[in-house]
Amino acid sequence: MAKMTIVQAVTSAMRNELQRDKSVMVLGEDVGINGGVFRATEGLQKEFGADRVVDTPLSELGIVGSAFGLAVNGMKPIAEIQFSGFMYGPFDQLYSHIARIRTRSRGRFSAPLVVRTPFGTGIRALDLHCESNESIFAHTTGLKMIIPSNPYDAKGLLISAIRDPDPVIFYEPMRVYRAIKEEVPEKEYTVPIGKAEIKQEGSDLTVISYGAMMKDVKAALEKSDYSAEIIDLRSIVPLDTETIINSIKKTGRCIIVHEAPKTCGFAAEIIARINEKCFFNLEAPIERVTGPDTMIPFAKLENYYLPSEKRILKAVDKVMSQ
Amino acid sequence: MVKKVIKNFEIEYLQVLDESGKIDEKLMPKLTDKQIKELYELMILARTFDDKGFNLQRQGRMGSFLQFKGQEASQVGTAYALEDKDWMFPMYRSGAALIARKYPIHMIYLYYGGDERGLKCPNDQNNFPISIPVGTQISHAPGCAWASKLKKEKDVTMVYFGDGASSKADFHEGMNFAGVFQLPCIFVCENNQYAISVPRKKQTHAETIAQKAIAYGIRSIQVDGNDVFAVYKATKEAVDNARAGKGPTLIETFTYRQADHSTSDDAKRYRTDKEMQEWLKKDPILRLEKYMKAKKLLDDKYKKEVANKTKEQVEKEVEKYENFPAPSPEDIVKYTFAEMNQDLKEQFEEIKNG
Repeated sequence: MAKMTIVQAVTSAMRNELQRDKSVMVLGEDVGINGGVFRATEGLQKEFGADRVVDTPLSELGIVGSAFGLAVNGMKPIAEIQFSGFMYGPFDQLYSHIARIRTRSRGRFSAPLVVRTPFGTGIRALDLHCESNESIFAHTTGLKMIIPSNPYDAKGLLISAIRDPDPVIFYEPMRVYRAIKEEVPEKEYTVPIGKAEIKQEGSDLTVISYGAMMKDVKAALEKSDYSAEIIDLRSIVPLDTETIINSIKKTGRCIIVHEAPKTCGFAAEIIARINEKCFFNLEAPIERVTGPDTMIPFAKLENYYLPSEKRILKAVDKVMSQ
Repeated sequence: MVKKVIKNFEIEYLQVLDESGKIDEKLMPKLTDKQIKELYELMILARTFDDKGFNLQRQGRMGSFLQFKGQEASQVGTAYALEDKDWMFPMYRSGAALIARKYPIHMIYLYYGGDERGLKCPNDQNNFPISIPVGTQISHAPGCAWASKLKKEKDVTMVYFGDGASSKADFHEGMNFAGVFQLPCIFVCENNQYAISVPRKKQTHAETIAQKAIAYGIRSIQVDGNDVFAVYKATKEAVDNARAGKGPTLIETFTYRQADHSTSDDAKRYRTDKEMQEWLKKDPILRLEKYMKAKKLLDDKYKKEVANKTKEQVEKEVEKYENFPAPSPEDIVKYTFAEMNQDLKEQFEEIKNG
């Protein structure tokens, strides 16, 4: 089995699907001869031709709008947006059309497409290149929102996304694009959408996260004496509420870690669900460790923004001390 | 150093049938008498539907309604050039085009009556649900046309929008895609002179909307949008070109919205009666009737027959609309995803009993 990074696993998923299904195609800026600015489409145009791996004009709205038209008329487009900060242009298409076509047409038309984009801060990039805006899409009824944290899941979830009958937003954790290398099968396989994974079983507290923060969460908890149950959500829509609730019932304590801003960040939704489903199993108030409600700072200050090991451990101590 | 003109452009304007009902024989498209009558009957049907829709709203029998009155030639003439299997992306004012495409009339009323089932296009048609946000549908059409091209199918895609939509990014990004990938796509800009209250000259300093296609390297033409023959001729050519792999066309139909923007609007606030009277003389149905009368394709008896037949047909559609069974509340959650997730199941339990 080959060892792959997340970027390579993403490429491998698209290669498998381009081979398997003639209606699958990739479109975006620089995805052809250049193989994508992060090389996620490396070699695909050479292998599958310029009709199936398409360099488009520099036009995010055009990419997502035409991906919609392609999907409606029988294709399976995978649109690449170079950075999640460039999702605001095509957002109108996602919100006003793509997410609601099945409902509006009462099932006559659907939009089975994937929009892939790297997200998150910590790579010392320019502004708007580091957005963690996943809650916007989670709040857009009709979209699925997947965020893998490791190469194996990235490949299996992307294949599931491509085969999904509904539109999927696929956020690739940029900070760990190449930081994790693990064994990933070259052949196709799927990881189900909507199933969280318990990365580590534990009994003292539940720690919930997703994306690039999973690595930090694991590293932090290794320095803690408490027995933490670590959950990787893998997708926030649909959300695997059951796994969360079962874990809370076991541990009675919980912290949630994400780098997106605190207000209306996805932790708020998780807390609300715990409140609705198993409030009386809680031994202590839930803590969230998130980015502040600010613009994401540039390179020199970005380390202050990201939840640090220190902040995570502080939250652990706080919930354990009550 | 060199200073020279490297490119010149021209914008063609086409009129075949003038206000007095006279045609230019050399420009007349190939249409049989039967087809001319068919176009006429569709335009009468469209107008009857439109007037009835307005009345239904005023009587409280339907919600907000958007009239296309005055744009019958522009819509019927374009849609008539399509084959049944072709794709159409309409906007909220595209009722006449939908009628020409055989979209069930009671379903259009159903939509304006607050029922999503009006947007459920019959399986044997490719008429997309109307777009409500202005211009956002423009970028869908190149994508849809692209799929046909990749699948080596011969279908073409047509998209409707107004003069206001030409100011939006969707228009430019969509046209650019169609140009770059040479897609079988026809862009129909119905320039009806107003985007609600804002006149066409405030949308763009360009003299025509047709000329905007030049920047994207695609063909374009401005036609008299109240002349069904000119509209049909230009569209037929665009459709034939698209089907033959010769890429997209932008057609600007120069027309006039005779009604208010919507049933909530009052056009008297921003345009004069004098202007309206001038445009009424250019009415698309009036001039077609003059032509047909001179050609002995229409007499008082036929005219009355068509009017009666159409009225009866529309009344039947109204009856169908008003007697349509109530929707199931489950429809609210049923179509969000292909498969209903646990969250939606729980949420439906909360709402279903009100």
